[in-house]
Amino acid sequence: MPALDELEKAYHALKKDGQFKEEIDLLLKTYVGRPTPLYFAKRLTDTLGGARIYLKREDLAHTGAHKINNALGQALLAKKMGKKRLIAETGAGQHGVATATGAALCGLECEIYMGSDDIARQSLNVFRMKLLGAKVVEVAIGSRTLKDAINEAMRDWTTNVRSTHYVLGTVFGPHPFPLVVRDFQSVIGREARRQVLSAEGRLPDYLIACIGGGSNAMGLFHAFIEDADVKMVGVEAGGRGILPGEHAARFAGGSLGVLQGTKSFLLQDDDGNILGTHSVSAGLDYAAVGPEHAFLRESGRARYTYATDDEAMRAFELLSKTEGIIPALESSHALAEAVKLVPGLPKGGVVIVNLSGRGDKDVQQVARMKGIEL
Amino acid sequence: MSRIGKKFREIVRGGKKAFIPYIMAGDPSLARTHELIGILEDCGADIIELGVPFSDPLADGPTIQKAAQRALAQGVTLRKVIELVADVRKRSQTPILLMTYYNPIFHYGEERFVRDASEAGVDGIIVPDLPPEEARDILAFSKRSDFDIIFLVAPTSTGERAGKVAKSSRGFIYYVSITGITGSKLTMDSSIASHVARIRSMSGTPVAVGFGISTPEEAAEVAAFADGVIVGSAIVKRAAEPDGLLREYLSSLRKAVS
Repeated sequence: MPALDELEKAYHALKKDGQFKEEIDLLLKTYVGRPTPLYFAKRLTDTLGGARIYLKREDLAHTGAHKINNALGQALLAKKMGKKRLIAETGAGQHGVATATGAALCGLECEIYMGSDDIARQSLNVFRMKLLGAKVVEVAIGSRTLKDAINEAMRDWTTNVRSTHYVLGTVFGPHPFPLVVRDFQSVIGREARRQVLSAEGRLPDYLIACIGGGSNAMGLFHAFIEDADVKMVGVEAGGRGILPGEHAARFAGGSLGVLQGTKSFLLQDDDGNILGTHSVSAGLDYAAVGPEHAFLRESGRARYTYATDDEAMRAFELLSKTEGIIPALESSHALAEAVKLVPGLPKGGVVIVNLSGRGDKDVQQVARMKGIEL
Repeated sequence: MSRIGKKFREIVRGGKKAFIPYIMAGDPSLARTHELIGILEDCGADIIELGVPFSDPLADGPTIQKAAQRALAQGVTLRKVIELVADVRKRSQTPILLMTYYNPIFHYGEERFVRDASEAGVDGIIVPDLPPEEARDILAFSKRSDFDIIFLVAPTSTGERAGKVAKSSRGFIYYVSITGITGSKLTMDSSIASHVARIRSMSGTPVAVGFGISTPEEAAEVAAFADGVIVGSAIVKRAAEPDGLLREYLSSLRKAVS
């Protein structure tokens, strides 16, 4: 609790600090490569034969995913707080890579916690983190995925709280993390809103984003919350179907609970123990969802659905072949929902899909699943 | 007054210190837990802390994490641990505390949990991921029965925060001896004693110290300034050893805490 109070105070002070904002804005522009483009996917639009599809190209941000927006912000925040060391959890490895990058940029030590199952399926990102100077710590307990990596990072933070900042990678965890992460990610929606107005002269009908913890979705949605005509759809991982242990669709198969300092929707058993999850994408393979998504769902402002492993895999191949863009398996879940939704929308409609990351990290796994040896 | 409160009053009046051992319920079976409670009593436990397994024990180190996984594999749940205590109460009046995490209690229902647990003879609970700010409801329910909610104070807690925790905690205050998780290496320094003295002065509630205490020497050092000494991981590690060795170890701790 004292560390959370310290973080909250430092964050609110820096939020008002014009110099800090200038520093972040300059790095987002010159280091991350923002603004990322809003790309009109003409061939995909033609193929699906409905509304016009735009892709928000977070895959083009430095390190290949939206994760850098938050990791860089928190790394600078930690440096201002006088911390010497960053720790983070990672599922797909994208947040680990982003945090290792932020640590290298700010001259901080870095340790990344990662479940052993995820280490096995994301070996490329593990090596990238090491190249960036970070130590990768294997978490071999529990479900050996993202949830357990968060547990272990929190244990480290409890132990080394005086010297260390915990760069939580999603809109989850105890306050103020969901707020801090959302704020750093909200640049996605601010840019997309400006860009779509310039391209189409109007706001979109739909926003679609995938949801693990929910940071890329919150980042896209936030700037549009007040635009009541813009519908928002969050896509969870349906895995092999909505059966216990076979998916990570917290809204479809979960209930209210408290985990890792947050009250939200969880996949849990009748005794309040957290269930194992499954998704083809490590970044969505998580038993809980960010509390602000639970709020948006309850208020009816956003709708939540899921895509199965197979649907995501088909969307992965579709985008690769029609647009020459290999999407991350996480983002492929959002694309899978577009495939279902867009053909039923009028041709004049506009849909933005958040392409939260690129698929290079998934290529080996996809080959393995297809039985191809590289 | 709760059984824990009465026990501490008796200990303080006698100029003694409380020995509070911890074991994980259901590790490796509930029948064995029943036996272990008997052994703890034989070896002079003043209060017994019973861990309730949870899938994601954030405050625990590897020893207790593994014990929790073994217990979960046996199908041990909060309900079953409450039933176990009801069974133990047929023969024993030693105060028993549960230590678990908030989600199982939330899922059980706070009001129902406090009612069922106190009816079964559970005397209180420690919930490391429940700070006093979030405990208003469960505190209100617990005041209807003699059920203690024990809060933790960390070495990093500011004076203001420690004061808030000290005033909310009932039965005793749990001072965490290290920044870290259960079973970590204890580094004894004078700051622990001064923190404990400061916290004790904030309310009339006794202060027990835990996390990382494993040898009789460490237990004796802590007992010199605290009202009680909690030993967890070191006992959980030895719970699988032959009873003779376990009894010897427990007795050496008991002797150190006097």
